[in-house]
Amino acid sequence: MSAGSEKMATAAPVIRTRPLLLRHLPYFVGAAILVALAAGMQFDGYILNILMQATTFSIAVFGLSVVLGLCGQINLAQAAFFGFGAYAVGIGTADLHQSFWLCLVGGVLVAFVAGAFLGMSTLRLGGHYLAMVTISFQQIVTLVMINAIWLSHGPDGVSHIGRPELFQSSQSYLAFCVAMLAIVGYVVWHLPDTRLGRAMRAVRDNELAAGVNGIDVFRTKVYAFAICAALGGLAGGLFAGGFAYVSPDQFSFAESIVFLTMSLLGGVASPVGSVIGTGLLILIPEWLRFLKSVPGLYLAIYGLFVILIVRFMPDGIWGFVAAAFERWRAQTRAPPAVKALQLRPAAVGGDTVLEVTGLSKYFGGLKAVDGVDIAVKRGSVHALIGPNGSGKTTTLNVLSGLYKATAGRIVLDGTDITNMPPHQRTAAGLGRTFQNIRLFRSMTALENVEIGAERPGNTVIGQGLNARGDAALTERAMEALTFVGLGSRANELISSFSYGHQRLIEIARALASNPTLLLLDEPAAGLNSSEKLELHELLKRIAAQGLTILIIDHDMTLVSEAAQHITVLNFGRRIADGESMAVLRHPDVVSAYLGSE
Amino acid sequence: MDLFLQLLFTGIGIGAVYALVALGFVLIFRATNVVNFAQGEFSMVAAYLMVVFSVDLGWPYWLSFLIALAGMALLGIVFNLGVYYPLRHRTFLPVIIATIGASILLANSVLAIYGPQPQVLQGWFETPGIQLGPVYLDSQYLLIIAVTVALVIFNYWFFEHTLLGKKLQATSQDKEMASLLGISVSSMIMITFIYSAMLGGLAGILVAPVLFVSIQMGSTIALKAFAATIIGGFGDVAGAIIGGLALGVIETFGAAYISVPYKDGFAFLVLVAFLIFRPQGIFGERVAEKA
Repeated sequence: MSAGSEKMATAAPVIRTRPLLLRHLPYFVGAAILVALAAGMQFDGYILNILMQATTFSIAVFGLSVVLGLCGQINLAQAAFFGFGAYAVGIGTADLHQSFWLCLVGGVLVAFVAGAFLGMSTLRLGGHYLAMVTISFQQIVTLVMINAIWLSHGPDGVSHIGRPELFQSSQSYLAFCVAMLAIVGYVVWHLPDTRLGRAMRAVRDNELAAGVNGIDVFRTKVYAFAICAALGGLAGGLFAGGFAYVSPDQFSFAESIVFLTMSLLGGVASPVGSVIGTGLLILIPEWLRFLKSVPGLYLAIYGLFVILIVRFMPDGIWGFVAAAFERWRAQTRAPPAVKALQLRPAAVGGDTVLEVTGLSKYFGGLKAVDGVDIAVKRGSVHALIGPNGSGKTTTLNVLSGLYKATAGRIVLDGTDITNMPPHQRTAAGLGRTFQNIRLFRSMTALENVEIGAERPGNTVIGQGLNARGDAALTERAMEALTFVGLGSRANELISSFSYGHQRLIEIARALASNPTLLLLDEPAAGLNSSEKLELHELLKRIAAQGLTILIIDHDMTLVSEAAQHITVLNFGRRIADGESMAVLRHPDVVSAYLGSE
Repeated sequence: MDLFLQLLFTGIGIGAVYALVALGFVLIFRATNVVNFAQGEFSMVAAYLMVVFSVDLGWPYWLSFLIALAGMALLGIVFNLGVYYPLRHRTFLPVIIATIGASILLANSVLAIYGPQPQVLQGWFETPGIQLGPVYLDSQYLLIIAVTVALVIFNYWFFEHTLLGKKLQATSQDKEMASLLGISVSSMIMITFIYSAMLGGLAGILVAPVLFVSIQMGSTIALKAFAATIIGGFGDVAGAIIGGLALGVIETFGAAYISVPYKDGFAFLVLVAFLIFRPQGIFGERVAEKA
């Protein structure tokens, strides 16, 4: 067992050959050229101001691409976080005479903490709450900026804001901001391919599925929100240094909307989109200056823009371009060869992998599950059957932690998981699929399975965020996809797969995590007869590797052939339990399915 | 004690306005599962329509009122067709972003047309109010409270005792089943938007003589009304009313005893306290998503 794990961890990365830094060299060369241009070209003051604004605003909009684009959570207070950074640098350098760097770091920290706190108080709830709470927060911050005159100088604002010693001239300061933009842009660009970034995308696409695949949904959202706020703070600090003057109206709700519009226009999913959107929305009003002569007109047009973009170009300008490129690349990229999938279920506890005792789940007065006992033996295929409404899926949902048990105890491989949230149960070794398929729809098949492979506690993959760990992850995911017969289509988006194939991808996602126990919720539902045969074959191959399976299904042929042991539920109670053939002949079971005479 | 009663009266009056807007929120939410972030702008637009008809053009108050309400019904139709309907099959995020866009569009269009100067609108009654013992009852506040009570009763009767109301309820509970039973879901949603726009408009017209008519009044009222729906329990009609009244009272007392400049901040503090300690609100129940 341990020897096998080592072999896995040291396997040569077959997929990514060139080192990461080398592949990204062109990016850094390009960034260096831009910094040199910003430092060397002679701009007049007007152009310089526009460039300074575009650079700092872009960093703030990066924040939105993380929280909204990657994680699917809304933030309508980005201008407030921008203001935190700006006022930290403003008050810090002008009033308290502290070093610029100290103030900048302080501003980022304040924004980060405020973002994390705001997120923690609201992110457990739905997106509507978040939208409204961030608007409220934005209004409060504006109120404080205007009224706390002792701190913020009120509507007069803060002037004589300092810059670092090194970048006193506007030109050199601009070059510094461009360098910061390039660095932050690089990080944000790569975030989607890190563990955290994948978790964010999974949360955006399907929170429930993310949870049962081992992702702490709440923490991921709070991270996204706090990162967004911190980038806002950084951008604000740089902005304050650039313009030497800040006042409350620069950080109002209207500015938050401007940030949102920039993000949506360019494409919310990528930092490239952020820069495009920001650049356009700073330049367009400069070209159409007459719009600014009528108060309100220019924001009214922004509002109209928002509606039109959401309606006609939901992925923004860059999203449109990138999607076309991705389609082309998916067709040309050949899938690599992989080894056969190895399932090595952990074996810590005794002979019984899953021991459920006295499990109950009541919805108000309805006893959906009432005192059920199930014991699943190691290495067996165990089926849970019963007529419609007998409590099968409820049992599965209680087992995977989507519902909280009213009473009873669940022990998985020696660990009591009764009170754990879904992601911790997954970490403890539970894998599951859903009756109504829950894949992350904006990702490719491979990316979906990678999220499964990333399960905390997955011993077949070396932990860590280094390039070797990433390669092992991709390799594992490819093996799982190949195992279910879809390896050649790994880079296609989920939407291009048939229903039956999506079901197989869901199974591959669970297998890649190397679970101790696999829960299958009606895997045969909606499959045609040849797909059912394939599924049956697949189950046999999984069971042959010694993985324990608990399966729910209506298909009696599948159940009786695949399972050695059957538990039958009716009206939330266990009415029969034992070896397959004996149970299916049990008179109570026959009457539950066919009615009694 | 006198001051206390006076503040209580004022708080209930202003809370009644929040309750009306909150009711509009809840009705749209129940019909479409989407929060309409432009709900407050309905109030603002209606107040400006009153200013145009009754002050600028000098038409009689009742006529201006009827035309303004008709205008709101029209706005509800345009809003549904332009903002909600094209996005009805998308997830909630694009829809709420679109309603936020609509809110910005409405507020700033009015600003571009009418300018930033706040306007004054007269109240319905000639007499400013009556003295009742130690408490001075402002006639406009009395009107607001009376209309709110009447509307709550009407609302109850409409949804529980008319066929149209029951169809609307069926639509909000299960759109697919409702359409299989021959209910036209899109017309039910259209009716909901019209009704909500008129409710929001009515609240704006009622509150306009108490506040100034300004561009900001919409977003301020909307934030309070939304806080009210969370305090009461999201999606719950009775909760929206109770939450609105409670918020009006809390805010009025906060302004009187704690701080005037931060008056608008109290709603937010109460909101955050509820989100942390009782996110389901006073009347709400937690519902689990079906796996």
